[in-house]
Amino acid sequence: MSKLYVARNPRVAARSLDGEMMIMSGRDSTLFTLNKTATILWQAADGATSLDEIVEHKICPEFDVEPTVALHDAEALARELAGHEILQVSEQPIPPRTAAPGEAR
Amino acid sequence: MPELIAEVESLVIEVGGMPVRMNTTDPGFLCMLQDRYAGFLSDSKQPAIEFDVDLIPPDSANADADVRVTQRHGRWCLTRGDFRAEWEPAARRGWIRQSANPYSIDAILRIVHTLVLARQGGFLMHSASAIRNGKAFLFAGVSGAGKTTISRLAPSDATLLTDEISYVRKQDAGYVAFGTPFTGELAKLGENVSAPVAALYLLAQGPENRIDAVPAGEAARSLLANVLFFAEDEDLVQSTFHSAFEFVSRVRVSRLTFVPDARVWELIR
Repeated sequence: MSKLYVARNPRVAARSLDGEMMIMSGRDSTLFTLNKTATILWQAADGATSLDEIVEHKICPEFDVEPTVALHDAEALARELAGHEILQVSEQPIPPRTAAPGEAR
Repeated sequence: MPELIAEVESLVIEVGGMPVRMNTTDPGFLCMLQDRYAGFLSDSKQPAIEFDVDLIPPDSANADADVRVTQRHGRWCLTRGDFRAEWEPAARRGWIRQSANPYSIDAILRIVHTLVLARQGGFLMHSASAIRNGKAFLFAGVSGAGKTTISRLAPSDATLLTDEISYVRKQDAGYVAFGTPFTGELAKLGENVSAPVAALYLLAQGPENRIDAVPAGEAARSLLANVLFFAEDEDLVQSTFHSAFEFVSRVRVSRLTFVPDARVWELIR
């Protein structure tokens, strides 16, 4: 199974408030509120760290879940977020572009 | 000999401290605008924006059609079934093509103000607003949430800014709400005055009058749900998004549950 890499889409606006990560699509102004798993995935999605590493080091320690199950779920989640143009998903590392707006605020 | 060149007349509509001049060759349309925007007319000689209004015959254009607001090469294009307008911010000029009705130009003004405010950290939002004791209070909610009702219940010492669309401008460390001519069911123009925003209340109708704190995340989501925004423009979407968070970090946001009773205003402070 090939590795997957995920990166935050720099064309969305994002803010974390009281532990809630909110993201607005720059394309159509749709507002998303991420759950805990999606927030971890979003925050770790630097384009250089593979999805299985994110699952092993960031997601599994937070949840009582089998790594293979967690990876399967994380991949489904990543592709869903990519469908909303929140994340980019690739089988190759994703070169850094401008940071996702609001991420550093 | 008939006149070959129609005389251009104009008026300036000033909402939120931003004068917008409308030029037209139709005296009847000018009178219509004077009536529609009474209280918001200005004698400013330096408008922030100047529009030439080209009137076309009324047709079956659909005013309920979706608005499209796009930008290309520094020029905004605004279209809906009943109007088309272009505006070039750098030149401070634009044109409007519509029939002689006050509704199209009202929509155009709202859009233009949202575009200008978005760059400045402010916004228009679906909310009633009023000034009392020198402080402005916003009452946000979707249609039917009680914006008109809370406006009707306002005591005599409150000044109504709007029962439908509030105008919020960022100023210094806080926010200021301005009166608007954008009306809802009351069909009554707001007063053309302003005051610092003291609180935003999210309206809910219930069996008693009460105020509850709202978590910051919910406050931001509710605010964003009520902000007017039309532009298909990533930069402005992001500006508006961050402005909402900035607002809830500086202004108290609470849920106001109320029965249709004037005593609810005893809670507003």
